[in-house]
Amino acid sequence: MVEGLRYRDDAAHEEPAVTLDAFLDQSNATAVRLESDEDARKLLPFLDRLALIEVAFPAFRDGRGYSAGRILREAGYTGELRAAGDVLVDQILPMRRCGFDAFAPDKPLDPAAVERALGRYSNVYQKAADGRAPAWKLRHG
Amino acid sequence: MYKYDTYDQSIVDARVEEFRDQVARRMAGELTEDQFKPLRLMNGLYLQLHAYMLRVAVPYGTLDSRQMHMLAHIARKYDKGYGHFTTRQNIQYNWIELKDAGDILADLATVEMHAIQTSGNCIRNTTSDQYAGAAADEVADPRPWAELLRQWSTFHPEFTYLPRKFKVAIIASDEDRAAMRLHDIGLQLTQNEAGETGFKVYVGGGMGRTPMVAPLIRDFLPAADYLSYLEACLRVYNRYGRRDNIYKARIKILVHEIGADEYRRQVEEEFLHVKTLGIDPPAEEFERINAFFAQPAWEQGLSDELDLSDPDFKLWVDQNVFAHKAPGYAIATISLKPIGGIPGDASADQIDLMADLAETYSFDELRVTHSQNIVLPHVRKADLYTLWQKLDAAGLATANLDLISDMIACPGLDYCSLANARSIPVAQKISQRFADREADLGELKLKISGCINACGHHHAGHIGILGVDRKGTENYQLLLGGSGAEDASLGRITGPGFDEDGIVDAIERTLDRYVATREPGERFLDTYRRVGFETFKEAIYG
Amino acid sequence: MKIATGNDLATGDVVWWDGEGWSRHVEEAVDVGDHGAALIAREDAARRVNAAYVIDAEATPQGPRPAHIKDRIRARGPTVRADLNIAPADTAAGSWVI
Repeated sequence: MVEGLRYRDDAAHEEPAVTLDAFLDQSNATAVRLESDEDARKLLPFLDRLALIEVAFPAFRDGRGYSAGRILREAGYTGELRAAGDVLVDQILPMRRCGFDAFAPDKPLDPAAVERALGRYSNVYQKAADGRAPAWKLRHG
Repeated sequence: MYKYDTYDQSIVDARVEEFRDQVARRMAGELTEDQFKPLRLMNGLYLQLHAYMLRVAVPYGTLDSRQMHMLAHIARKYDKGYGHFTTRQNIQYNWIELKDAGDILADLATVEMHAIQTSGNCIRNTTSDQYAGAAADEVADPRPWAELLRQWSTFHPEFTYLPRKFKVAIIASDEDRAAMRLHDIGLQLTQNEAGETGFKVYVGGGMGRTPMVAPLIRDFLPAADYLSYLEACLRVYNRYGRRDNIYKARIKILVHEIGADEYRRQVEEEFLHVKTLGIDPPAEEFERINAFFAQPAWEQGLSDELDLSDPDFKLWVDQNVFAHKAPGYAIATISLKPIGGIPGDASADQIDLMADLAETYSFDELRVTHSQNIVLPHVRKADLYTLWQKLDAAGLATANLDLISDMIACPGLDYCSLANARSIPVAQKISQRFADREADLGELKLKISGCINACGHHHAGHIGILGVDRKGTENYQLLLGGSGAEDASLGRITGPGFDEDGIVDAIERTLDRYVATREPGERFLDTYRRVGFETFKEAIYG
Repeated sequence: MKIATGNDLATGDVVWWDGEGWSRHVEEAVDVGDHGAALIAREDAARRVNAAYVIDAEATPQGPRPAHIKDRIRARGPTVRADLNIAPADTAAGSWVI
């Protein structure tokens, strides 16, 4: 069982994440935490100086964070994007597809089960934030 | 019909293994029921009153005989020998064991079928016109677009945990046979003045607790922007749809609360961004899919003459056969509403027979309708009499399409854990009471739901019935004036409810008043709209 | 009286707590008094039952009869398919449910 998962080669970011309000209030922080009801687009002017954005998943059924993840990646954010909270094995794949590359689940995950889930689908139908080629792209080159 | 390639097959096969793994983890206690429930629902597996229920997807209602035979096989091997066709053009089985679910999915995958996203807070099976590809009044076959949408929405990573379920319907004619404007998104394929293909986009319709007819959000969406625009519609909903109250979580509430204009503004703004992401497949992909829906090779020189000397056959032709676009062909509807029967149920033997008839007489194609019937879309008129005889021998030739006994009914409290009252016994009593006069009553769409969730579309019935729980006993409210067609409207509750026999009597008083006040050629709905609610209320309550 | 009911995890069958285990037959249900919640928590954790809950029932000479029609239908089967009743030969099933 593991408490956190990270799919990045750079060193883990040590600075604690501040709230969105604190960050927008002229903070020099390089790590910010976005609650599920907060607008990811408020961070877009500052992406180049952020090293970590943590997106809260208060309940696994709350899917707003998936949109937040994609919006940040679509805007060119390359730092760590961490899903934190009620993150379960069966949510890791869609989260990876939406650009999340780090996970801080409330309850430890079985890494073998996560690997199985991530490797299960050799094809996908949509272009998303993970760079995988959708089936239509493979069909037509 | 669409055929899987290795990409499609690999995704469905992977899903079988994923779900097997999820079931195994549930059985082993690694997943709690709270954690497992959304996972099983996203694969159409419910826990109902008597057992698990599995809903199998029939994408846009189209299937071939091999797939239909598989549905019969599953009914026999894993269920109790029958299935129930639903208003979402799917089929559901009532007596499934959790431990068999993986094997059932594996069997389905051998014929390019699955149960993906037939429930859960995700994008559901897209529905369409049951006459698609055969109707004379369509601008083009809407199903290639539905297939494109099926692929885009399947395991869409951003839209797997939406605030609530999400249903899309696509039609391609002005006559709406799919209740398009009562969907979260309704699309009508159309052409602009320049002859370009596109869509009218309606967003925010639905039934349930707060029924709404969807407003028009985009008058003309060019086909090239199809998926980008839908992605923008869904993203605005995923971000801003209400999550504080399950009864206010559908997109209709968002559109209603912020207004259609503001919703449109937000979608257009998001669309400008999404359009830059390159998520729309190239035109070649549409052409690839479209080729699967090429018209069958119609026989040329067929006669349109029909020998109608057998009066029972003539009755069936007059009621259940619809005009086809190719000379010498017809669209035949197989009614799953025998008088006094259970609406939408079919036995494994009947399912097999319908598969065989489709193979022999309808270019191997069948459709499931949102009215819970089956359509053979391409029948030579010369074969209609033989077809009818074979259907009649199997109890499948009831000549009641669009008549009062061709009603929609949800499974109700006989099967469903959400229901407050039984629907089927009421349906059976109405069917028996009015069978003798239904031809005279003409087109009359009666729809019954056993609870406020409105799976039986009671808001959209010319006559609707809503079952409620009144202090532990079943009670039925009567609604009048709804329509799910191109003249979409919502029914109005007449007044205090009735018991099971009382609701049938109240409908009889309603229909007696209709017969007494109708003008020549008027349907019940026309008379209702002309003379008004009060006239009927007075007839019902005195 | 209070009785406990749920579904078998693997098969989905409707089951009733009979004092020692889970029975398919409501006639065998026993009064769980105030211990229903604890019983269900224990049995659910052991995966011997799924989605269980406690209901009111009336004690009759033939055994417990659930107070609500929903649980009476669960006990017998769909009222519209007598052939699928848990005891298909039971001609009194209809009046027992309604």
